[in-house]
Amino acid sequence: MTAAAVDTEREPEEIEGTSYLRAGYSLRSWLLTTDHKRIAILYLLSITFFFAIAAVAAALIRLDLITPEGDLLSNEGYNRAFSIHGIMMVWFFLIPSIPNTIGNFMIPLMIGARDLAFPRLNLLSWYIFIVAGIFALFVVVAGGVDTGWTFYTPLTTMYANGAVVATVLAVFISGFSTILTGLNFIVTIHKLRAPGMTWSRLPLFVWSHYAVSIIFVLATPVLAITLLLVAAERVFGIGVFDPSLGGDPLLFQHLFWFYSHPAVYIMVLPAMGVVSELITAGAHKKIFGYWFVAYASIAIAVIGFLVWGHHMFVSGQSVLASTAFSFLSIAVAVPSAIKVYNWTATLYKGDVALDAPLLYAMGFIGLFVAGGLTGLMLAMLAIDVHVHDTYFVVAHFHYIMVGGSVTAFFGALHYWWPKITGRLYNEVLGRISALLMIVGFNLTFFPQFMLGYEGMPRRYHVYPQEFQVLQVFSSAGAGMLAVAYLMPLTYLLWSLRSGARAPANPWGATGLEWTTSSPPPKHNFTEQPVVVRGPYDYPLAHPRSRQDA
Amino acid sequence: MSPSILLWPTAASRHADEVDLLIGTFGGLVALLTIPVFVLMTVFAIRYRTSREADREHPPSGRTWLEFSWAGIPFLLILGFFFWSTQLFFQIHRPPPGAMTINVVAKQWMWKFQHAQGAAEINELHVPAGRPVRLNMTSRDVIHSLFLPAFRIKQDLLPGRYTSLWFQAREPGIYAFRCAEFCGTDHSVMGGRLVVMRPADFAAWLEEEGAFGTSATLAELGGKLFREVGCSGCHGPASDVHAPNLAGLFGRPVGLSDGSTIVADEQYLHDSIMLPNKHIAAGYQPIMPTYGNVLEPEQVNALVAFIRAGAQAQEEEGP
Amino acid sequence: MPEQSRAEIQFHHIGRQREAERLGMLVFLASEIMLFGGVFLAALALRMLHPQEYVAAASHMKLWHGTANTAILLTSSLLVALAVEWTRGGRPKWAARCLWAAVALGLTFLGVKAHEYYLDYREGKLPGAANANFSTPFEQLFSNFYFSVTGLHALHVTAGIILLALAALRGEARHDRHAVFIGNVALYWHLVDVFWIFLYPTIYLAGAGE
Repeated sequence: MTAAAVDTEREPEEIEGTSYLRAGYSLRSWLLTTDHKRIAILYLLSITFFFAIAAVAAALIRLDLITPEGDLLSNEGYNRAFSIHGIMMVWFFLIPSIPNTIGNFMIPLMIGARDLAFPRLNLLSWYIFIVAGIFALFVVVAGGVDTGWTFYTPLTTMYANGAVVATVLAVFISGFSTILTGLNFIVTIHKLRAPGMTWSRLPLFVWSHYAVSIIFVLATPVLAITLLLVAAERVFGIGVFDPSLGGDPLLFQHLFWFYSHPAVYIMVLPAMGVVSELITAGAHKKIFGYWFVAYASIAIAVIGFLVWGHHMFVSGQSVLASTAFSFLSIAVAVPSAIKVYNWTATLYKGDVALDAPLLYAMGFIGLFVAGGLTGLMLAMLAIDVHVHDTYFVVAHFHYIMVGGSVTAFFGALHYWWPKITGRLYNEVLGRISALLMIVGFNLTFFPQFMLGYEGMPRRYHVYPQEFQVLQVFSSAGAGMLAVAYLMPLTYLLWSLRSGARAPANPWGATGLEWTTSSPPPKHNFTEQPVVVRGPYDYPLAHPRSRQDA
Repeated sequence: MSPSILLWPTAASRHADEVDLLIGTFGGLVALLTIPVFVLMTVFAIRYRTSREADREHPPSGRTWLEFSWAGIPFLLILGFFFWSTQLFFQIHRPPPGAMTINVVAKQWMWKFQHAQGAAEINELHVPAGRPVRLNMTSRDVIHSLFLPAFRIKQDLLPGRYTSLWFQAREPGIYAFRCAEFCGTDHSVMGGRLVVMRPADFAAWLEEEGAFGTSATLAELGGKLFREVGCSGCHGPASDVHAPNLAGLFGRPVGLSDGSTIVADEQYLHDSIMLPNKHIAAGYQPIMPTYGNVLEPEQVNALVAFIRAGAQAQEEEGP
Repeated sequence: MPEQSRAEIQFHHIGRQREAERLGMLVFLASEIMLFGGVFLAALALRMLHPQEYVAAASHMKLWHGTANTAILLTSSLLVALAVEWTRGGRPKWAARCLWAAVALGLTFLGVKAHEYYLDYREGKLPGAANANFSTPFEQLFSNFYFSVTGLHALHVTAGIILLALAALRGEARHDRHAVFIGNVALYWHLVDVFWIFLYPTIYLAGAGE
């Protein structure tokens, strides 16, 4: 960003006039838009709102856990707080986060298209998401639920308190929004690539969104039917999961994790796509092992469908099944490892500009590696029997989903902020908040690995005295993390009014999205781009070459 | 009271030591795989940072042999751990033959234990040291999970189904157990104490419990129930009804009306009482009434113990 | 090319748009298959857990209703396939007739289904009804499952009927020789048919030997 500051003055006014942001100012021009860029903004605003709700719930949880007796909340209140936190984070923030905001905005730009294949479907998908969100809000206002985000039966179907059916419906409805988005992405990537944009020239961000769309389309309907059965069981008692009629509560777990394990990859694959872009742009260098990184995304999506049973090692699942799932879970780690090593190798002989996006990307790699390798520990049967359903698991998936996905989301927001808004943010503040996020995150969640191994079960409101010190560390870290999340909110918003105007390509990055103006015109490109080079075709990595480009 | 910090949990069995060794070694592997990434990332970021002159000639954009080695070598290393940990997992699913069985029934938010000798306890379990103990567990309502951190084991308890867990405590002591599967409002206080006693103390404790509580063993309770709830009306020796004879049934294969066979284990007996139409023994009509709404899991445990004891009695009387 | 004007802004070419719509439908159908996949998995689990009771409960199903409905749906699928062929062959009148006939058959399917539900109700096999009586808990579970699954399928049939009627009403066969809309609706209708072809043995034939 520093190198590009020179260019800020020469932004041509006439392009500014045709920006998608200036295509209409009425509320109607936003709410009835079919422009993928505006829909992305709508999504960005909505998921930020849900993120705030989830963050408040998280703050309540962490404050409450400062004392072993849990003085702030009641047992039931605590259970409702973590249920709301999980449900909001998973379905209303993490799953739509990168795909529906950055992906929605960038995929057509990156492949040289004027929009997604089905723009009205894209808008419909946002409206469905909002309907689901209204159900979810109703649940919050009505006092919440205590099912946990996993909706295990028969707890959810017969014993849970609160607005259970509304919660289940909220998640059920949000699934349709996800399916439509996935469908739109798949068709767009297949059919709307610009002339010359062959599969081998696709940015890795697009590859990982292709992989994630496959999961959207194939896993989400399984969740839909499962939740439908749960709601029917709660209301009519149909009994498919009820042992007293001869149903099977484990069947629910199989169906649920058949969706929810791939859902973890839904959250992390787009983040990986972001990191591939951020690393190459930060290093000004071609990605190391393009095809390995691209196919690793597809491999993760495919193998990810075969490992759901590793959530059920202590559930009463057969020993043989557990062994098979343990083995497959090791196999799914291979493509992730390939990605990490390739990103590291990409920095070699690069021209590395340590700007905020790259810091976020490197933070992602570090936290993702820690989360991934503890995931391998959990795939080990004998270890999992001890740490399953403890803070070890909580720490592990927060490393992946928050340390990984949320960090990458912030990285993406910084990297493409100039493109999306046409403004430059304060780079120094960006770097500080990136570092603060990495430190705060580790302080919050590293103690939880220790707590878990020592035997602290998850979802505990009252806990034994000996765990208090580590819990206090964790809560202190959460405070730091809160600051790290609030800082970007302030300086990014501030940049909208007072930030310098962004040039078309502030990072000196390759990729079609940087060839059009910032912000892009309504139909993305003033003339149809034709692609003649591969992705990340940076000139020889040398400081001076960036000015030449 | 000053807050204390716990850095490593106590290990109360050989299995716990083995799991500790496994995770410790795995930790070494994790370091081996990650430290190069962190070090190289830092080194590259500093050495090739944009303001610095460095040799940037001929940057590589891929090496197939490198890709295969950094995918393959960690995979093979971890495969070794897979065999190690799976081996340990098999162990905790194979209780030794001489293990004493204790029935566990969990409900919101309480643990109930039934000893074969008749003693029953709530949220506290007494066991002898140095002897394998097998817990035969079920739940009355939602899914719970019995977690014994000092033994590095846990197992979910399901309604309508038996699961089991075994352990052998090394020495006397008091250890915590907790519920690990979220089970509703008071999940976090659904815990208790495992009291491991010297075998002689344990025998004395059982004796004393018997004197205060019911003096009958679990099987005797089951026998009483067998007459009270009407099982003996059909399954008794004097009955005119064509119903299977239960003596010597436990552990034997049973032919079913669809031609398959099933071993008469605890689960089979449980299902035959609670869901009698699930498996119909060959040669009998499906006329057994369902006890699904009549009996509590604790009572089913007693009946199963009775039928089981009957089998042992037969074997002892036989040749 | 006159058709070019119908292409939406994001497509460079109407042909590309047709391909996109077809691909979109196929992806959607893949999603539907996974939805019903969950249903069939649940049926499989129930049958494996209770092999004898499953067969006994399935033997109460109205085999003739199920068989008649199988024939009805298969015939309607044939008609829809013919409609596509006739649209492409330039005979829109015949295509429209086939579509309407398929709509009629779809409605007949729903009628037969409703009659079957009514008979179930009279026999006390409708869960939740005042006269409901089941000999075993599993029979009740099976009955619940049967109503949920066939209900879900009936919803899909209803959606299919609406789409077929829409295709016929809008005179798609006359407007579009490429049968884009009709072709996609036909794909959907075939899949709804295929689901039934799997439900039929799962629910009706399972107990036919008893």
